[in-house]
Amino acid sequence: MPSSKPLRGLALLSTVLLTSLLAGCNTVLMSPSGYIAMQQRDLIVVSTILMLIIIVPVIILTLVFAWRYRASNVNAKYDPEWHHSTMVELMIWSAPLIIIIALGAITWVSTHKLDPYRPLERISADRELPTNVTPMTVEVVALDWKWLFLYPEQGIATVNELVAPVDRPILFKMTASTVMNSFFIPAMAGQVYAMPGMETKLNAVINRPGVYEGFSANYSGAGFSDMRFKFYGMPAADFANWVEQTRAGQETLTREAYLKLEQPSEAEPVRRYASVADGLYEAILNRCVESNRMCMNDMMAIDAKGGLGTLGTFNLASNESTRIRLGLTDTATRAYVGAMCTPADPTGGIGNANPVL
Amino acid sequence: MFEHLDISKMLLGRLSLEAIPFHDPILLVTFIAVALGGLALVGALTYFRLWGYLWREWFTTIDHKKIGIMYIILGIVMLLRGFADAIMMRIQQAVAFGDVAGYLPPHHYDQIFTAHGVIMIFFVAMPLVTGLMNYVVPLQIGARDVAFPFLNNFSFWMTAAGAALVMASLFVGEFARTGWLAYPPLSGIAQSPDVGVDYYIWSLQIAGVGTLLSGINLLVTIVKMRAPGMSMMKMPVFTWTSLCTNALIVAAFPVLTAVLALLSLDRYAGTNFFTADFGGNAMMYVNLIWIWGHPEVYILILPAFGVFSEVVSTFSSKRLFGYASMVYATVVITILSYLVWLHHFFTMGSGASVNSFFGITTMIISIPTGAKIFNWLFTMYRGRIRFDVPMLWTVGFMVTFVIGGMTGVMLAVPPADFSLHNSLFLVAHFHNVIIGGVLFGMMAGINYWFPKAFGFRLDEFWGKCSFWFWLVGFYIAFMPLYVLGLMGVTRRMNHFDDPSLQIWFEIAALGAFLIALGILSFLIQLVVSFKRREQLRDHTGDPWHGRTLEWSTSSPPPPYNFAFTPQVHEGDAWWQMKQRGYERPAGGFQPIHMPANTAAGIVLAGLSAALGFALIWHMWIPAIATFVALVGVAIAHTFNYKRDYYIPAEEVAQIEAERSRLMASHV
Amino acid sequence: MSNTHVLSQNPGAGAPETLQFHVTGEHHPQNGTLLGFWLYLMSDCLIFACLFAVYGVLGRSYAAGPSGADLFDLNLVAINTAMLLLSSITYGFAMLEMQRNRVGKTQLWLFITGLFGVAFIGLELYEFAHLIHQGAGPQRSAFLSSFFALVGTHGLHVTFGIIWLVVLMVQLGKHGLIPENRRRLMCLSMFWHFLDVVWIGVFTFVYLMGVLP
Repeated sequence: MPSSKPLRGLALLSTVLLTSLLAGCNTVLMSPSGYIAMQQRDLIVVSTILMLIIIVPVIILTLVFAWRYRASNVNAKYDPEWHHSTMVELMIWSAPLIIIIALGAITWVSTHKLDPYRPLERISADRELPTNVTPMTVEVVALDWKWLFLYPEQGIATVNELVAPVDRPILFKMTASTVMNSFFIPAMAGQVYAMPGMETKLNAVINRPGVYEGFSANYSGAGFSDMRFKFYGMPAADFANWVEQTRAGQETLTREAYLKLEQPSEAEPVRRYASVADGLYEAILNRCVESNRMCMNDMMAIDAKGGLGTLGTFNLASNESTRIRLGLTDTATRAYVGAMCTPADPTGGIGNANPVL
Repeated sequence: MFEHLDISKMLLGRLSLEAIPFHDPILLVTFIAVALGGLALVGALTYFRLWGYLWREWFTTIDHKKIGIMYIILGIVMLLRGFADAIMMRIQQAVAFGDVAGYLPPHHYDQIFTAHGVIMIFFVAMPLVTGLMNYVVPLQIGARDVAFPFLNNFSFWMTAAGAALVMASLFVGEFARTGWLAYPPLSGIAQSPDVGVDYYIWSLQIAGVGTLLSGINLLVTIVKMRAPGMSMMKMPVFTWTSLCTNALIVAAFPVLTAVLALLSLDRYAGTNFFTADFGGNAMMYVNLIWIWGHPEVYILILPAFGVFSEVVSTFSSKRLFGYASMVYATVVITILSYLVWLHHFFTMGSGASVNSFFGITTMIISIPTGAKIFNWLFTMYRGRIRFDVPMLWTVGFMVTFVIGGMTGVMLAVPPADFSLHNSLFLVAHFHNVIIGGVLFGMMAGINYWFPKAFGFRLDEFWGKCSFWFWLVGFYIAFMPLYVLGLMGVTRRMNHFDDPSLQIWFEIAALGAFLIALGILSFLIQLVVSFKRREQLRDHTGDPWHGRTLEWSTSSPPPPYNFAFTPQVHEGDAWWQMKQRGYERPAGGFQPIHMPANTAAGIVLAGLSAALGFALIWHMWIPAIATFVALVGVAIAHTFNYKRDYYIPAEEVAQIEAERSRLMASHV
Repeated sequence: MSNTHVLSQNPGAGAPETLQFHVTGEHHPQNGTLLGFWLYLMSDCLIFACLFAVYGVLGRSYAAGPSGADLFDLNLVAINTAMLLLSSITYGFAMLEMQRNRVGKTQLWLFITGLFGVAFIGLELYEFAHLIHQGAGPQRSAFLSSFFALVGTHGLHVTFGIIWLVVLMVQLGKHGLIPENRRRLMCLSMFWHFLDVVWIGVFTFVYLMGVLP
């Protein structure tokens, strides 16, 4: 065997790894634009360094031992019966243990600090949160296969376009219409799954103006690869302008418009809605946009009290009439628990505030 | 009621000529190639009159050695299919940028990445691992076969039946488009009404039965059938890792069976386990499937660790460093593997305390794993290392696997995972540990035990070619994926818009091509070794100067493995026997009690595959008929009490004398 | 290398350092059938554990429909439970008769066990049919899905146990109490009692706790 084999191996390996590492420096995860993502980047770097403390010596030792103790090297000591050493055992169990204790402590602290549900305490590493600032809420709905963003404070909505002011905390509340997706803007923060019938939250902030990539990070079907959007971080004034422009538009996001939007489609162009129907997000989250459908929060409250008894057994409705009325003939007919009418609310369901549709 | 029953619908279900993908040129070409190749194979077998031989010697065998070989052949064949999927994906992702849509329609691409994962885990890695354990463990513990030889045959055919169903989905219908774990609601009947997810469910359920029974089989074998004197702490390390692996199988696969059954109930009976309306909870599927899924990856890696322990010790000509420590580390890993499953979905919003707990348990597993790596290192230390092919794979593993382990610990930090989950960084990590760990281990094991199984060594040159192509190819294929993950690229995309990513995908495709050469080299190695087998012949049964009992037998071993059951005094039993100048007995042979061949395994598995196919296509009458036949054949088999025979003492004497002659003439 | 040779004709003889490296004579490994069956049973137990866990998660998700309190007929369940528990006792008697080597009596107690088992399944099928007729089938809610899955899986196991029992009775008639059949009787015994234990879990967690508010 050529005499420099392990050295060559080491050189090759280092080259490949270093190239990868250096290439990684200029990536969005290593150079993010939002405070949460920056802290996550720091964690990636710290955990890498801690692990390298173990694996670099291991790799070097492997190649060195392989070289030095090769059978043709008669100079090396050969000790065939040496198979135990308490000292060595102590070291090889405690060295990784210490590193893991350190990393474990970092994990506990950082996981709590960077919990997506936890409101931001700082705008960035060097700026505190101003006292009069409240988070801007954005409601996110993952549809097949596009993203719907509702801005309750501003009363507008967009499809496949997210805009937010720089340096103001954002509270994302997320759900999905059919299947699990994952809401991810790498430059800003980590991802959180968006799931039907459930609400997840993400607290984040964008610190630099710019255009950032956003997409779904969980495969959700045919249109998944096109389920991308642009996230615009803008100075507050520009954001206010954008809101005004959107409010001046023509389209409104009524329940009817939502039910049509919900139909499967791929590579949807950007859409802006000047106004949003009242309580639409709550209805989407509780899966009762159709008026003859019981809302999930009501269903869960009823179940907590023991259900509706045998009377509730046949309380089933379907989206048949909605399909026909809206011309959604491609949709399959689905059955669901029906809304219940009461003397006080004779046309709609409990908590289902849209009487007409 | 009966006037609404349509008999043709009950017979044919939703199967029709449209199920055959005439419109897809890639599939059509594949089908023609497979059909031609299959016809050629069948023709050759008929021409050379090998059907009888195949049936008697292989298909109905209960000999653990032959069953082990059949498992490995299955794994290698399915590797070709799984790798074909991989290279198709790499090419698509290297070209599909901007306006270029690539050559794979999304509908096809989405099946390919699902099939790639399912095949590689269930029909490549599992059969390879099971095959090695089946072949080696009884020999290492001095037993004649496994505890339940008939079940062993049945287990193999059930695995093969599952593989057959997956392959059938290529040409009849389609496969799932959900990813290899088929999360609902996407895999539910509303979002995936076609046959794909049903193919997925039934092939895994059928193969799962085989795996579970195999787990029970090997567990009982190791517990009950060790040679006298072989206490637990004198077992070879590969047997220890097999023990832990099979304990994991028995404790994990039932969960997979249960959760897939629930998914199939949702799809077939309209139940609401995982639907969003009517109170179902899709997150429960994710929890259950990963409660199976994480132990599964340890099922794959532990036998590989066992192989490396055997190989390092043998090729360093040195006793394994820290045997007790290795055993404890393996057991700790086994137990801990049940406490980490949530790290696969940190991003599902479980809350900081839950996430940290699972993150920390995940990191803790790296401690015993690290101890094992160090133990291998210190086995090499002050050894005399021979770099035969198995040792090359081992050194390659030691360098590669630790990188994968490092990225795994990084992913175990939940906030870091929030950015890396489902990205190509994750894909690089698990390929890093599965290729660097499991595949390298299987290649080492195959090269190591091949002479034992077939009586001649594998060609060294092509073995080294295979190793270097795989090693270099792996790094070139997957290091770019780490970079892409840091660039925020997510997995399972079938096209991209950002042209700055393309160069990385092109490099990765080159790496995949190198791996293809590695696989090709391996196949060439098999052919060349067969042609050169006389030069590579192993006359002694101990070509590597091994330390464990399997090397005391001839290569290949006789059907009964050991003429006399070994008596064990120390660990590394065969090494001690050689040190003490052990000579094989020349006489005093007894008739040996052996289990008889059976056709019941292949018949039952065939019926199971037919049942699966009928259920997939909603062919209710054939489904009921095959189910009844299945139960009937199983019951009929229990009426067969004559399942054994004796090898006469004279035959044993003859075989042993022949071996003595062979060894004497090749001193 | 040591010069100590060991010859097969001299088992265990000679100097203390002479080691015997093989077992002369026939070596019978221990029979692993009962351990193997026990392991299978534990894997089955794990399946039931998953179903119990699923029931635990989904058992109160009535989808604004009927709950256990509305649907469960505890009198019927009590009778059913009695059938199953009695069948375990009669199987125990069958095992006692097996130990006394009395094939006929063994088969008799097996037959009675089978009758109790059939009664159990019959009553359970009646309960299921009644629920479905009422509209409370497994599709109505996650609670009902998990109920039918858990109780139904248990019932399927009992059904297979009854089929196995009948087959064993026939095999006892053909071959008597040979060791192979004794092993099979022991395996079925473990299986039968295991199902009984699972049922105790079912009627406690599903039925009794289900009717509580």
